[in-house]
Order: sequence, then C-alpha cells, then structure tokens
Amino acid sequence: MTSEPVIRIVLAKLGLDGHDRGIKVVARILRDAGMEVIYLGLRQTTASIIAATEEEDADAIGLSMHNAGHLALAPAMLAALDEADLDIPLIIGGIVPDQDIPILEAAGVAAILGPGAPAEEVVAAVRNAVSRDRQQ
Amino acid sequence: MSVRDLPTADVVERAIGGDRRAIGRTLTLIERGGEIADQITELTHPAAKGSHVVGITGAPGAGKSTLTGQLIRHLPTLGLRPAVLAVDPSSPLTGGAILGDRVRMDDVAGDGGFIRSVATRGHAGGLALSVPGSVRAFDACGFDPVLIETVGVGQVEVDVAGAADTTVVVVNPGWGDAVQANKAGLLEVADVFVINKADRDGANDTRRDLELMLDLSHVSGHEDESGYRPPIIMTTATDGAGIEAMWAAVTDHRAHLQASGRLEHRRVARFRYEVRSRLATRLETSINAATHDLEPDGRSPAAVAGELASRLLA
Repeated sequence: MTSEPVIRIVLAKLGLDGHDRGIKVVARILRDAGMEVIYLGLRQTTASIIAATEEEDADAIGLSMHNAGHLALAPAMLAALDEADLDIPLIIGGIVPDQDIPILEAAGVAAILGPGAPAEEVVAAVRNAVSRDRQQ
Repeated sequence: MSVRDLPTADVVERAIGGDRRAIGRTLTLIERGGEIADQITELTHPAAKGSHVVGITGAPGAGKSTLTGQLIRHLPTLGLRPAVLAVDPSSPLTGGAILGDRVRMDDVAGDGGFIRSVATRGHAGGLALSVPGSVRAFDACGFDPVLIETVGVGQVEVDVAGAADTTVVVVNPGWGDAVQANKAGLLEVADVFVINKADRDGANDTRRDLELMLDLSHVSGHEDESGYRPPIIMTTATDGAGIEAMWAAVTDHRAHLQASGRLEHRRVARFRYEVRSRLATRLETSINAATHDLEPDGRSPAAVAGELASRLLA
C-alpha cells in the first residue's frame, strides 16, 4: 500500500523498422527491474501506440529506432501525444547520432538510450522520466 | 485536466460514459487493490448489466491471443462491443512482467473494442480480486462480451474459470492423448474445446482423443446432468478459419446455460467465490500481521496456531 505503484510502459517499433533485438532486450531489462512492459512489437502507428497507451494506462512510452528515421518519427510521436492530450514521457532507444540528441531533447523526448547502454542506465532513465512526470 | 488527477468517483463516471482513458485508469485503480478498488466495486456494481464473460485458456503458444484477436475483429460485425482482459504471469523473482498479447491482436484497439493487459502480480489472491473487479468495470462501461485470456495452469486458471460463464479450452494437434487430457483436469473447466492450428497433421487424432475423453465422462457418470456436451471446434487462428463456428459454440453454450437455469447458478457461485476471496484476503492480512515477528517459544506450532485462531476469529 505504501510502496510506489508499479511502472507500466508501452514498448513499440514505429513504422517500417524490423530490427527488434534491442527492444526485446530492453523489455527484459525493464521486466527484471519490476516493471510491467506492454510489448506491441513491430510496425506500429502513432494511432495504435496512442490507443494502447490509453487502454493500458501506461506511465511512459519507449520507442526503438534503427532506421535513421528518428528525426521524423520521434517528433511525429510527440505531436500525436500532444494532440491526444497525453502528458507522459517518450523515451527513444536505438541508433541516434550524437548531433541529433540535442534536437530530440529540445523537441521533448525525455531520454535517449544508445546501443550498449547498460541495464542500470536503461532502468534509471525510465524511472527518472516517470517520477518527474508523476511529480508534476 | 488529466484523468489521473480526478477523484475516483469522477474517473468512474467518465469511464461509464465511455471515455477510453478513464476506463484505462479505472482498471489501474482496480489492479492496485485496497480501499479505492473497493470504492470502484461499489460504483460499478449498480451499472453492471450481466455481460457474457468468456474465459479463453490453454497452454503457452496454443494460439489464445491470435484467436482472441480474430474474435475482437469478428464480434463488432455482429453488433457486439467486446473487451479483452489478457492475463500474463508476473515474474515471481522481480514482480515485473512482459505483457505481449497485444502483438497478436493488432489493429483492433480503438475500433470500439478494448484490450487490457494484466499481470498476475505476486500478492496472494490478487488476481482473484482484480479479475472480477475489472470484468464488472467493463460490464458497467457497456462492453459485452468480456473475454478473459489466460495461460491455463494452476491457481490463476482456477481463479479465471471461476470468473467466466463460458470457458474455452484451446489445444493443438499433437498435444497429447486422452489419458493426458483426463490427467490435466480440462474436463472440469471446458465448455467449448478448440483445436487450433487444425491445418497441422494430427488434428483429427486430437479430435478423436477429445471425443473419447468426453465419452468416458458419460461412462463414469460425470457428464453434465443437463445433457450438455462440450463441442469440439477446429480453427486456424492465423487465417481466421473456424472463428465463426467457435463464437457460435460459445453463444450456444450461453443459451444452454440460460435455458437450463444454470447461468443463474453459475453467477451465484461466482458471487460467493468473490465474497470468499475478499474475506480470505482480509484474513490473510491479519494472519501475516499476527505471525510476522513470531518466535519459537517451546510450544508446538499447532498450539500457537490454536491460540492465535481463537484471538483472530473472535
């Protein structure tokens, strides 16, 4: 009763990007940190991710991007969240060149996790993003 | 203002009015349990109209999620508004869970249906409380039928079968013989058998084994006294073959329950079961508190338990 409510996070691949090894590893890392991971898998749309997030009452969304589409896809997801009036953190994982990180952060992405990010960093990024959001 | 910041009564009112996000929030509050969950039970109970509750159970990989995904595509074409409670196990070590059933139910969310993934969570009796609570909430929000999808093992399955009007057991070709079917205790819970992946070799052998098992319950006198015999439906979930027949068998079972007066009987049993689960949860809290710091004092465990029982149950 006194403990923090369990964190529920939606994980998905947005658009045409079949590289799902990384996101499966992340799903396992977050599960082992005690979170409930709602895994949507490949070829999701912003609309399907929003619908799942609403139905699952998720605390955060994690998207994996390995197709160099992050500068288009991440802002599209943020715009969809904004339009749905859903105020929860978006975390991006995958291949994001260093020079793109400030661009995504300025756009409103809560955290960006590169390849090889250790498990502790992944867990901390989600926990921090969710607790910042819960305190607002 | 976010639905998360509203008082519980307002969230539930919006949920009953059909607000998708409020429904999602209501389910979260039910899963967390405690006084707020009790309050939601109070608020949703009067609005619940008695939706048809269908349990879909079977071994991992049998095709439950894919079948359920096909059903929630099919049911709206019949004018129905289905909701799904997809139950997956929590890790006993970390309490976390990967809830992956939506992967096989894509493109259905947002089209009038509603899918919610649920982790079993560790606490004793947790699911036995939250599943009926969530079913009641779906019912109150106008969803009918409510499908509960779960791995068919152990206590979770008993809890879920206890919450359903109709239980569908999903098996596959090559799954085992009639002796194993008897051993697995499926006979007791199955109202409809589905042989999924029926395009594979051995589907007819599996069907024959199941038929034999059902014949044997006639021989041993354990058949349903109202004369109901669970039908066996062949499906191929990946292309939707047999889905209409499967749903027809589920509605036939419901009609049978209604005609024979057993629907009422099952719902009374369900009511008793839920009251019992709630009582057990309360008692367990008291028992945990009373035994948490217990040290051996030379008396036997039976003597200590006897003394505590007279105190706790006074």
